[in-house]
Amino acid sequence: MSTAIESSTQPVSASPVVPAERRATSLILRAREFGIFGVLFLFVLFTSIAQPRFLSLQNIKFILIDTTVFALLAIGETLVIVSRNVDLSVGSVLGVAAFVSSNLYQIDPGISIIVVFAVGIGVGLACGLGNGILVAFGKVPSLVVTLATLYIIRGLDVLIVGGNQVVANALPSSFLAVASGSVLGIPVISIIVAAMVLLAAYYLRNFRSGRDLYAIGSNPSAAQLVGIPTSKRVLIAFVISGALAGLAGVIWASYYGTINSTAGNGYELQVVAAVVVGGVAIFGGSGSVVGAAIGALLLNTINSALYVLGVSAFWDQAIAGLLLLVAISLDKGIASYLAKVLRGRSRNHGA
Amino acid sequence: MKKTLSSLLLVGVSSVALVACGTTSSSSTTASGSSTSGSSSSGSSTSAKNVKVFVIPKQLGNSYFTTADSVKSGGALAAVQQLGATGSETSGNASTPSAQLPAIQAAISQGAKALVISATDPTALCPTLDAAMKKGVTVVTYDSDAPTCRTLFINQASTAQIGTSEVDLLAKQIHDTGQIAIVSASASSTNQNQWIGYMKQELKKYPKMQLVSIVYGNDDPATATQVTQGLLQQYPNLKGIISPTTVGIAAAAALLDTPQYRGKIALTGLGTPDEMKKYVADGTVQSFELWNPANLGYLAGYAAVELATHKITNKQGTTFTAGKLGKFTIGADHTILLGPPYVFTKANINNFNF
Repeated sequence: MSTAIESSTQPVSASPVVPAERRATSLILRAREFGIFGVLFLFVLFTSIAQPRFLSLQNIKFILIDTTVFALLAIGETLVIVSRNVDLSVGSVLGVAAFVSSNLYQIDPGISIIVVFAVGIGVGLACGLGNGILVAFGKVPSLVVTLATLYIIRGLDVLIVGGNQVVANALPSSFLAVASGSVLGIPVISIIVAAMVLLAAYYLRNFRSGRDLYAIGSNPSAAQLVGIPTSKRVLIAFVISGALAGLAGVIWASYYGTINSTAGNGYELQVVAAVVVGGVAIFGGSGSVVGAAIGALLLNTINSALYVLGVSAFWDQAIAGLLLLVAISLDKGIASYLAKVLRGRSRNHGA
Repeated sequence: MKKTLSSLLLVGVSSVALVACGTTSSSSTTASGSSTSGSSSSGSSTSAKNVKVFVIPKQLGNSYFTTADSVKSGGALAAVQQLGATGSETSGNASTPSAQLPAIQAAISQGAKALVISATDPTALCPTLDAAMKKGVTVVTYDSDAPTCRTLFINQASTAQIGTSEVDLLAKQIHDTGQIAIVSASASSTNQNQWIGYMKQELKKYPKMQLVSIVYGNDDPATATQVTQGLLQQYPNLKGIISPTTVGIAAAAALLDTPQYRGKIALTGLGTPDEMKKYVADGTVQSFELWNPANLGYLAGYAAVELATHKITNKQGTTFTAGKLGKFTIGADHTILLGPPYVFTKANINNFNF
């Protein structure tokens, strides 16, 4: 604090070294994700004190793999929520894509894995397109549309699956290895998903169409008035969310190996929770994909911690919910504290 | 016109009811809540043609229940059809009372004469099932019981036999020594908890085997995987896992199916042959067991129609022939036992397709 006062007495441009350093720290502190990352760090710290094996390479690998599906869903959900919409159909889309894609191996055991992934993503994309058209051009609230498609798509899934299922025995080991393969101990799938998170973050931050989503979410009618093609942007957000849910479905199939019509049941609320925990405003206009992905990681870490610590099954849901509340409050607390500090700093700077 | 039609109907219905009352001969002994359901109607047998049976598994889309229920596999609906009654399968998409209850209520309002149901909770469904039984609906539970609010329970295998035989199977694989854990379904699941009770009893025979933890995967692959991961971290010396639920054992097998764990941690429990084929073939799992779910469903469907048409009652000692399965006797607590569990190994697993 004393240095801040000191620096305020001299012109900013006169001391190029100190502000550059400070700019870096305030960039980190300003990042919306800092709070949630801090919470994650504290949580991992306390858990590993209680049970050191929580930080074993194997367990970290488990948590990373478990997170990939949710992180993928969280990317799409963030785009949608930022535009002041919501996609509740992701769990059902994941389910139908998981079955339709992996079932290809039962029809033709020699089918290329690329086709399997393409079909899964395609199924998701089609579902997302349906959602997007109804929301963007039908002007039906997304909550209603995707609540309906949550049931419609799950119903279709039950119809398509019928009494069948895909079992691990029907899947080639190359497909099953997709989710479990690793490089230098890090699951390949996590690396790919992390890259996708960064890509999506870059898109939202630096592309016009990405920035437009924030404008739409902040004030839909103003966005329309300044000439942003709101319907088109919202449509694309839903299409991306659907396609990512489709991809998540294929990965889900690869990881669990047994696919029936219950895959992804109830995931929608977990994903919305991850996104909101990650600092994305539920009413749109602010938040980041990186935050949402960390939110998904935090939720999975909390689950894993409760299981690794051996918390009684009668308690774990209640405790998981409580920890969520604590995490969000801590995040809010950290965020508002940092905001105060940063405000103080910039005022002292006279900037 | 409408009015006359409805009043005509009313007269018809009430006269039937009167006749029914007049001929009531085997009105139930209301001492226990689980006595015959058909008490309010005629004691003589009625035609199966008017009997609507709703088969309500714990959840739809679960291959175990699909096998137990479907016509194709020779399950509950096959028996219902064979006896000339009409049947359909319905339930929720999650294995919880809140998902299953609406399906039960819909079945009742659609004029069900009999419900064949696997209870997601031993007591939560009871107000609804009791109300149905008061209206004369036969309630046959299978797979998972609701002991205080049903007409008859079809027990897939004796609870004791399942619990003890799974411990014996695992003991053989780990040479009677080491830490073991159980990956169950939900903490409130009736049959799971009873099996676990018998497992604990059986474990007294194996002093070197130590049950270190019971975890619950809620019959969801993701949760079952995570709780198993937790076990592996919490107990690095774990030697064996028993998972008496098909979803749990498949998820645990997929997790253990790596060079790191294969052959080092034994896994057994209740599984379906199709889901387990890969893991038995590659040595992740040596043996597991199950009953024949199609036979279980068939027996439940058969008994439900026989009860609903008053060909049999649920009194202890009643015997009847259930089509292809042969003769069964109703035992204590209005329960029929299907038979001993069946052990699947590399040698026989390829003979089964469900």
